[in-house]
Amino acid sequence: MTPAIELVDVYKAFGNTSIIRGVNLTIEPGTCQALIGPNGAGKSTLFNLITGKHAVSSGHVRVKGHDVTGLTPYEINRRGLSRSFQVTNIFPRMSVFENVRCGVLWALGYRYSFWHRIGTARDATERAERVLEQLNLTGRRDVPAGVLSYAEQRALEIGITIAGGADVILLDEPTSGMSRSETEHVVQLIRQVSEGKTLLMVEHDMSVVFDVADRIAVLVYGEIIAHDTPDRVRADARVQEAYLGVPQGAV
Amino acid sequence: MGQIIFFSLLNGLVFGMLLFMLSSGLTLIFGMMGVLNFAHASFYMLGAYIAYTIGLKVGFWPGLVVAPLVVGVLGAAVERYGLRRVHRFGHIAELIFTFGLAIVIGEVVQLIWGRPAKSYDVPAALDFALFRVFGSSFPAYKGFMLLVSVVMFVFIFAILTRTRAGLIIQASLTHPGMVAMLGHNVPRVFMIVFGIGCGLAGLAGVIAGPVLGTFPGMAEVLGSVVFVVIVIGGLGSLGGAFVASLLIGILQTFAVALNVSVGNVLMALGVPASASASLHDMWKVTVAQVAPIMPYLLLILVLIVRPTGLFGTRET
Amino acid sequence: MSTPAAARPLAAAAAPRAGVVRRYGLWLVGAAVLVALPHVIRAGVAVPIMNQMGIAIVFALAFNMLFGQGGMLSFGHAVYFGLGGFLAAHALNLAVRNGLYLPVPLVPLVGGLGGLLFAALFGTFSTMRAGTVFAMISLGVAELMASSALIFDRFFGGEEGISTNRAKAPLLLGLQFTHDRQVYYLIAFWVFVAALAMYAFSRTPVGRMANAVRDNPERAEFVGYSQRWVRYVCFCASGFFAGIAGGLFAVNYEILNAENMGLGASGAVLFMAFIGGAGHFVGPIVGAIVYTFLQSMLSDYTSVWLLYLGLLFLTTVLFVPMGLVGVFMLHVPVWRSHRVGRLLGPYLLAALVGLVAVVGAIGLLEMIHFVVYADTTQMTKRLFWVTVPVRTVWPWLAFGALTVAGGLGLRWVAPRVVTAFAEASGLVSAR
Repeated sequence: MTPAIELVDVYKAFGNTSIIRGVNLTIEPGTCQALIGPNGAGKSTLFNLITGKHAVSSGHVRVKGHDVTGLTPYEINRRGLSRSFQVTNIFPRMSVFENVRCGVLWALGYRYSFWHRIGTARDATERAERVLEQLNLTGRRDVPAGVLSYAEQRALEIGITIAGGADVILLDEPTSGMSRSETEHVVQLIRQVSEGKTLLMVEHDMSVVFDVADRIAVLVYGEIIAHDTPDRVRADARVQEAYLGVPQGAV
Repeated sequence: MGQIIFFSLLNGLVFGMLLFMLSSGLTLIFGMMGVLNFAHASFYMLGAYIAYTIGLKVGFWPGLVVAPLVVGVLGAAVERYGLRRVHRFGHIAELIFTFGLAIVIGEVVQLIWGRPAKSYDVPAALDFALFRVFGSSFPAYKGFMLLVSVVMFVFIFAILTRTRAGLIIQASLTHPGMVAMLGHNVPRVFMIVFGIGCGLAGLAGVIAGPVLGTFPGMAEVLGSVVFVVIVIGGLGSLGGAFVASLLIGILQTFAVALNVSVGNVLMALGVPASASASLHDMWKVTVAQVAPIMPYLLLILVLIVRPTGLFGTRET
Repeated sequence: MSTPAAARPLAAAAAPRAGVVRRYGLWLVGAAVLVALPHVIRAGVAVPIMNQMGIAIVFALAFNMLFGQGGMLSFGHAVYFGLGGFLAAHALNLAVRNGLYLPVPLVPLVGGLGGLLFAALFGTFSTMRAGTVFAMISLGVAELMASSALIFDRFFGGEEGISTNRAKAPLLLGLQFTHDRQVYYLIAFWVFVAALAMYAFSRTPVGRMANAVRDNPERAEFVGYSQRWVRYVCFCASGFFAGIAGGLFAVNYEILNAENMGLGASGAVLFMAFIGGAGHFVGPIVGAIVYTFLQSMLSDYTSVWLLYLGLLFLTTVLFVPMGLVGVFMLHVPVWRSHRVGRLLGPYLLAALVGLVAVVGAIGLLEMIHFVVYADTTQMTKRLFWVTVPVRTVWPWLAFGALTVAGGLGLRWVAPRVVTAFAEASGLVSAR
């Protein structure tokens, strides 16, 4: 089966600083996987490399079998990969509904047309409203996105990401800064929207990770040191050393 | 021929250094605060007019010292009471504010000093020929202009790199947030830098007024060229501003001096004369007429090829 | 979430229907106003000013497609206005002299195509970046065109410009355009059509994405849109409508010169969009009307009108950046909760104090102008319906005192106004 995401010998350096040092990662389609690692390991950079925000210094990135190395973010998005951001990245002056609808337009084939009236674009409206329901934001439909609460904005962030129906979804710390109950809502949302799709998320909240993920990849200092089921990763000595500083058992 | 080349080079150098005096202030302001001061050339104009007025009452030399100070204080006041308020609305709002400011300063100058050009003259002490070459003389005043530009450049460079205040300013150029965290009053730094930038523009006006003319349109004449200079040189790069200033200064001076038509140039390059009437306009155009367009063509070219400018690392 | 799925589409359909009636209703009212206006305002000087306003409205709306909708500040939009106008003028001359069938009503369309052509051409490099760089490129293009005008004097007509004659053009349906009033109806027609088209554009996929690219160009790329292409399409559309305004200008004034595409015109349209309110569709319409009105009225009374406009502009940027329409919209919740009465007191007080300050400032500025420009034999000036002995010290003290008092008063009254507004709009609970 063609992997959803494939990273082959990917290196990335900013100036003299090497961030990603030879990552080989294969994400199988239909799986829900988490990317974890200590701060500064390069997780967001890896996301940026996959989604086209930064160019790799060397190596290849493949999405659904297509080589996307060096493509622009919109070219990669059009091939069916969508991402959310760690720092909320929405359209603050547009309404919540419009935000989600923006995520839908290209996927429905509207492109740069100025001959369609957006008001009569039933498919876009319906799809956006369905997503709003999933996010529990129908009541805030016409509010400018900039005035939403933090948790609502994070939900909207995910909504924009999945609205287009991409089958490879990347979520960057979706539950960061959230309370327990808010996190539970988001986890439910993630389960709902990732059904039948490939999901890769960066997460720090381990309970979320062990709850949701089929497999976990561990990134430390720009290298993947483990990529396995949650139980095996939990027991892996190198992972424990990376997080705790000493191998378990030695004191 | 040699005479044209020599004097064009020299005049180009003087003009280029003047452009640098203007563009360095603009670059400092832009580099630090992210705001492109549309009214920069207006402060240049104010410097010339204030120095002229002081010259009428007291003399050129007091004007040389006092006028830039007055303009600098005015600039600081504009930052404190105007720009600072607009800062939170973003860079575009700041740009619009300085645009309106340029119009208002232009109108105020016309109101207070009237429309006709002022006879702001070269001081008697400098009104002689510095040297004679190829049968033409080079005025001492232009040498003085060059001297002031170079001294100012060295002065600014020394302050920025050798003093504590200069280090703070350099740090605020790239990391204002961090500098604020370290306890420095960043808004005050902004105000001081804006004032210094405007003061530099005023100084440029004081020395350029007698040569380039002191009239209400002097801000427009130089304003756009200065913007072109800093965009070509690279927004936020002092070195780039220096190179671009000299480049444009020399190129434009040469273009004005050479009175050759485009047709002649093309024929010299072996392109046959075109019979088509619609190109006739372009054919008989002289290089001197093209001179004013040249910086803008260069701007567009550089922006297409290298959007961050020749030396720039930031775009906005 | 309790309504069953079947009921929701019906509910959703019903709500827009009411909105649709309201929206179409507004356009019908607008059309009616346009038709009735010359009959209601009968002053002889009114029609030329209304024509001027109409042209300004189309131009300002076109500018705001770039600025308010697309987030692109252009200092050179008059280039497309002017180039469209020149093309229209030349086409009209061809119609008059060479028999090209171009009746006057279609001339603005030629202008539009001219604007579109040049926008498509210059847009290729202009829209590469947004923000400050875009503004600087637009300035460069404007200066380029201003300087080129002297070179291409066949197209731009040199110093005298290009003149044309609409009376000799071929007729469409026998419609003549010899009188100002007839031109008014042509302009009114094009204002309606252009405004409708520009509004419709904002309600298309690319129009919506223009807003998205304005708000967050990076995010727009991650939902599949190239920010450059969105900006380019927006730029071309904006150039098209600016060209229509230029064509209307050519028809109305029958002469066009390089100044019409210069920085002055570009600055004026920026002023119009900004003062009206760039964040709302009708903002530029209001701004165009206010600017045209102020400019024609003020220039009759004072030579310093541009200074006043500039100061007004600065005041707007500093204190009311959302523009007139923006301020109006801010008060909608106050109106809805019937708390307008609470605002009357503080607002009236602020207006009074402001008036004092403004009278003082105008007095000082006018007297300065007098001292600098008037003949030394003239001793008095007529200011505010009073003959003022400008060369004595008393008027200076008086106006100076008014300015200072008004300024201090404004500083005193401002926090009260802000608090009153906050209370009235329910942001803060009243004490």
